[in-house]
Amino acid sequence: MVMTEKRERHVLITGFGGQGIVMAGDILGKAATLYDHKHATMTQNYGPEARGGACSSQVIISGEEILFPCVEEPEILICMSQEAYMKNVKSLRPEGTLIWDTDLVHTRKADMHHKTFHIPATRFAEQLGTKMMANIVMLGFLSAVEHLVHAEALKKAVLDSVPAATKDNNIHAFNTGREYGTSIIKGLVKPEPGKHQD
Amino acid sequence: MNGDEACCEGALAAGCRFFAGYPITPATEIAESMSRRLPQLGGIFIQMEDEIASMAAILGASWGGVKSMTSTSGPGFSLMMENIGLGICTETPCVVCNVQRAGPSTGLPTSVGQGDVMQARWGSHGHYEIIALCPTSPQQMFDMTIRAFNLSEYYRLPVIILADEVIGHMNERVIIPREDEIEIINRRKPSVSREDYLPYKADADGIAPMANCGDGYRIHVTGLTHDDRGYPAMNAEAQEQMVSRLVDKIRNNRDKIIRTNNLYLDDAEVIVVSYGISARSAMQAVRNARNDGIKAGLITLETIWPFPEELIRNVARRAKAMIMAEINGGQMVLELERCACGACPVSLVSNFGGAIIHPNLILNAISKAAKGKI
Repeated sequence: MVMTEKRERHVLITGFGGQGIVMAGDILGKAATLYDHKHATMTQNYGPEARGGACSSQVIISGEEILFPCVEEPEILICMSQEAYMKNVKSLRPEGTLIWDTDLVHTRKADMHHKTFHIPATRFAEQLGTKMMANIVMLGFLSAVEHLVHAEALKKAVLDSVPAATKDNNIHAFNTGREYGTSIIKGLVKPEPGKHQD
Repeated sequence: MNGDEACCEGALAAGCRFFAGYPITPATEIAESMSRRLPQLGGIFIQMEDEIASMAAILGASWGGVKSMTSTSGPGFSLMMENIGLGICTETPCVVCNVQRAGPSTGLPTSVGQGDVMQARWGSHGHYEIIALCPTSPQQMFDMTIRAFNLSEYYRLPVIILADEVIGHMNERVIIPREDEIEIINRRKPSVSREDYLPYKADADGIAPMANCGDGYRIHVTGLTHDDRGYPAMNAEAQEQMVSRLVDKIRNNRDKIIRTNNLYLDDAEVIVVSYGISARSAMQAVRNARNDGIKAGLITLETIWPFPEELIRNVARRAKAMIMAEINGGQMVLELERCACGACPVSLVSNFGGAIIHPNLILNAISKAAKGKI
């Protein structure tokens, strides 16, 4: 039975153009709607540049129809760049979860009162062959540390969204992120020390 | 899928097999999807040199007997205006999707606007009637694109889909029905012999059957004022006759064309009117107002043109106040005021573009209006 969750879950995924930020939001929304049979909406913010500009995707998942599609105070904030972190961390709800790429973001101690997780997603993706898969590593990690959608649903949505020739690599990337997240949750590995600004 | 992709799929489901356009944010994904999908279905995609040529090409394709469309955003929409008028005058079925961004000029290419609603109505020169539809979700982009083709084929004119950046770029679930569940309307063909056919001789309902180029009927297509044969007729009588028909075929069928989505109108004291993405904020605000015990209602304009004059006149008589929510400096609010005709006060919640209207702003306006402060 699918549980109807009335509460809207607000997620903000941020970084710069070219990192697959919008694609990550799209995959998360697909998992929620097509495979978990919930409602979801994804909107995006980006500038006129093709690559390199600040970029974000806003995902809302709910058991009911979603009207206003903006994420103003996310409960989950994913930061894939320093600029995105500095710009968006203030919007995170006090009880929210902050997730970032270990190598790309220097956090501030003042923000560490949130529930925090970080993963060197871009480095892991590079080790798997291409940093283009950092977004997929991050989604795998997200599936382990926060329950938004079923992991299987997310995996199916990844497979739906990536080019046919890269399906195996992307699933590997997803599993890498998920296993790292699971190990941290279970306390099996100690997360690498994060980088602080202060 | 996002709204742009849904627009493409809706067009294909309606039978569109020709697309000519020039890419522009936030409508690019329509052209992009068309360039991928049309060849799979034996259709033709052409990237044109500009939007003037794009509009001309889809008119030509339509006369060739193929359902055709183009897509653009504000700057391109401005360029298309002259040839949209040509489509009106020559009664050429086709669909133009304008995914609105904030203007004027280049404005905010990647951000939302709703500033082209009056341009959609009056942008081309001369006097005419137009049909324009405003989707509020990717699902409606799909459904309304099909309806736009049906209306254009039936009434023989360019039909405009006035979407906006948020709807175009928003990803949501879109349910695509089976082919046999989709109602498709095709242009009326001549029922008389080739000798007796007059290309602009209308049936009793004001709509002229259309022969395509190559069907063997004699046709003449011109933007000059023309008679039933399609030949130029340079006098006031011919002008009166031709424009009356162009206008009346829409005006006399307003009831069939106009669609609104009405919420809580039965007992509503404060009625919000809105369209496109702003209507979603308005719906949230109206629901919140109801939770606060305020009798609020909502009219979502699914067809923005023709404007639902009669409905507005009727509800204005029993409403305490009406509010328009739109992302421009106040365009459709003028229509609302015109039709409310002083029966109730009318106010505006808006911005000049770049951001969605927050539901709380509309809720504040509702609360004020409910207290008689407007």
